[in-house]
Amino acid sequence: MATQTAPAPVRHRHVSTHRRRSRGMPRLKTTVIAAAAYLIGFFFLFPYLVMILISLRPQTELRSAVWFPERFDFSAITGFWSTGLAHNLTVSLQVAAGSTILVLLVALPAAYYTARHNFRGRNLFLVLVLVTQMFQPTAMVVGIYREFFTFGMVDSVISLILVNGGFNLAFAVWILNAYFSSIPRELEEAAFIDGNGRFGALFRVTLPLAMPGVITALIFTFIAAWNEFVVALTLATSPENQPLPVALQSYMGQYSVNWQELFAGSVIATIPVIILFALIERKVVGGLTAGSIK
Amino acid sequence: MKKWEPLAWVGPAVLLIAAVVIWPVVEMIRSSFLEISRFGVVRGSAGTANYVKLFGERVFGDVMVRSVIWVVAVVALTVLISLALAQLFNQKFPGRKVARWALIAPWAASVLMTAIVFRWMLDPEVGIINVIRWDLGTFVQNTFGIEPSSLGLLSAMGGEAADQLGHASTSFPWLIFVAVFVSVPFTTYALLAGLATIPADVYEAARMDGAGKFRTYWSITLPLLRPALTVAALINVMNVFNSFPIIWAMTKGGPEYDTTTTTIFMYILKGANIGESAAMSVVNFGMVIVLTLIFLRVSRWKQEVA
Repeated sequence: MATQTAPAPVRHRHVSTHRRRSRGMPRLKTTVIAAAAYLIGFFFLFPYLVMILISLRPQTELRSAVWFPERFDFSAITGFWSTGLAHNLTVSLQVAAGSTILVLLVALPAAYYTARHNFRGRNLFLVLVLVTQMFQPTAMVVGIYREFFTFGMVDSVISLILVNGGFNLAFAVWILNAYFSSIPRELEEAAFIDGNGRFGALFRVTLPLAMPGVITALIFTFIAAWNEFVVALTLATSPENQPLPVALQSYMGQYSVNWQELFAGSVIATIPVIILFALIERKVVGGLTAGSIK
Repeated sequence: MKKWEPLAWVGPAVLLIAAVVIWPVVEMIRSSFLEISRFGVVRGSAGTANYVKLFGERVFGDVMVRSVIWVVAVVALTVLISLALAQLFNQKFPGRKVARWALIAPWAASVLMTAIVFRWMLDPEVGIINVIRWDLGTFVQNTFGIEPSSLGLLSAMGGEAADQLGHASTSFPWLIFVAVFVSVPFTTYALLAGLATIPADVYEAARMDGAGKFRTYWSITLPLLRPALTVAALINVMNVFNSFPIIWAMTKGGPEYDTTTTTIFMYILKGANIGESAAMSVVNFGMVIVLTLIFLRVSRWKQEVA
């Protein structure tokens, strides 16, 4: 089951399928295609460019209907750190970092063991993981709320770390399992014979080779926890425990909104994540779809 | 000792899944049969009272129908657009990598943030979408001498008032637009990965046989793309059904309950009656499972995977 999930991490994927070009004017066709692709790319970037533009718009210009600000004002971005939202940014960081550490601590041994050993309940475990990947926290947010209410853990950062960790475990297990399975057992055994001990072999040989998978799982979990909204909205009731998205959302509902500040927060919450995601995009598609195919 | 070894390695993962994924499902079902006070105190069994109350809600039928329309419309549009985009981005052209990267943004960014920006862009007074419409109107009037309001095109989306999220007839289409906007990137990428697995010699053979472009796409590309298409669509069905932030950030389910779907209704009910909200969650959960099964049957999943 698991061994089939080929990670295909290193190889470049694009195979030129359309070698055929209309014989007459190949250049014109390429130009048209490129122009269309750039235009579509710009279309998908547009809202985020608008986000940046608004955060740089002087407060006085905010309510005027113009396309482009006359001058840029960086005060909202630089001043962000002294607003109350900076604290929510810290909460977001805690939740995202905490979930990532939790996921790696739990997923690494599980993925390694299922890749290397055949044990009773192995298939059951993999099915359980697969089912988890299909579940969405939104669908069961009432159950989550009831559970944490029973334990008196509703308004805490720990709860958010646990929930985000649990729901992102599946992706990490799948992708790590695929990587561990692709590393030849002989490599590890050779290191073991060389006197490294079982854990020595694991840490010196297998883990470094599986690093691309580990990094993918790490970034993916971090981003997913960073972006999570519904559970945080439900569980984090007091403002000091709210991650940035929840704080921004409730800030928007207030009577007088400082939009410039709101969008400065959005830019800080969004742009780094997009850049991080670009690093792992190739592996994510494989991880998400492979898990559900097998 | 040896017997317990797997438990040490795999146990923590099982424990975490059981605690935050399985337990909430059980708790959700249990709560739907309990009478719970506003402060969370269990007052005792409610029998099926929560369900009776839920089904008796004036808007319940509308909410259910709207949720199905929401899922079908968003997923269908997403798949169709993504098929076209995957074809385009699979061509060779200079700067393809950069163009593909641009497509990542809505996928990586928080859906909530994207929804907030769209809400701003649809602002009745200063939103850029309205500014563009007005400028377009002025342009049309100055160049062609036509009164912009006489063109159905410009007044179609919200008319002069331009508060497009404030009217039921225009807010729901805009919500669908945003949902498609954030779903297309992942779907396109999944289809691009699918296209990359189709060997080039299949196309060579088709060319030898003199198959035209359309024929090649219909008889070769599409069937070979089906596994990727099925998985991508399935993931979309789950995501879209449970999508909450877009509607929450842009309309909060309003005006009235006109853009409320099951997940939004569930959240609205949570503030008043958590037992009824749990009943809504169970119904929502059942619908996701039913919809997924229908989808798998329609797309003949088993044959594809086996």
